[in-house]
Amino acid sequence: MLAPRHIKSGDYLTLLGGITFTVWITFAVWSGGIADTALIRSGGKVFKEVPLSRDQEIEVPGPLGTSIITIEKRKARISSDPSPRQYCVRQGWIQQAGEIAICLPNEVSVELTGGAKKYDSLNY
Amino acid sequence: MTASTIKLATTAEDHHIARMAAVALGLTVLENAIPTPLPGVKPGLANIVTLIVLARYGWRAAAWVSLLRVVAGSLLFGNFLAPGFFLSLSGAVCSLAVLALSMHLPQRFFGAVTHSILAAFAHIAGQMAVVYLWLIPHAGIAYLIPIFATAALVFGTVNGLIAARFMDNGDKPEPEPQP
Repeated sequence: MLAPRHIKSGDYLTLLGGITFTVWITFAVWSGGIADTALIRSGGKVFKEVPLSRDQEIEVPGPLGTSIITIEKRKARISSDPSPRQYCVRQGWIQQAGEIAICLPNEVSVELTGGAKKYDSLNY
Repeated sequence: MTASTIKLATTAEDHHIARMAAVALGLTVLENAIPTPLPGVKPGLANIVTLIVLARYGWRAAAWVSLLRVVAGSLLFGNFLAPGFFLSLSGAVCSLAVLALSMHLPQRFFGAVTHSILAAFAHIAGQMAVVYLWLIPHAGIAYLIPIFATAALVFGTVNGLIAARFMDNGDKPEPEPQP
């Protein structure tokens, strides 16, 4: 076992290559790009486009009432919404480009854009 | 009803392949008893058998063992022609295709570990392709690639090491069949 005959020198090379590939693809896929803009939609139309650099709260009217979108420390979230199940509020902070929080009942959504947007999470 | 006897002419090689496939099948059953955190992340222990067969008896025998294991395994678990079966099949086919190439690497420098890692990556690549083209045509599955790639790297290495260790230990002509 000290000198395993069936583990060859090239195997370490392959292992190294495999590690490199895995690390590379992890970074390529999981770093979604830095977001710099929040695109707020209401009823399918763009309501407002705001930069993430400034902390603020935005009130967005919808058919059920008013949704409040909070932007803080280059992250965004829907902090208040009249939807019954509160999915979008419970989604919490979003911060990478391509991420989106949607309140379907109130027809309000906030999507982060900017950087190199790799794909649209709604269309393919 | 008259008793009929159908006798197929079988060669020693057929018997050997069937034995190896049975060992692989045993490992598949064993592995299905292990709970996994994410569906699809499996150690692929049966591939150890494929690797050993590849090293000792060549690609053709390895392909037989691997594909027999996939088909018989699906019959055993009742998912023949179900999505899970096609995922196994595409993984196995891609692995075999890569093994067909990688076995021509110089044997002095590249052993079972290399083949195992390359085949593991080919396996997930084939599976992801089927998932994307057929089951979930959504770019969002790309988010899962790092998880599967990591699993392929880890299990590919471990399986390769086991196969290498096995071939180091035994100059036995064949591994002992599992109960």
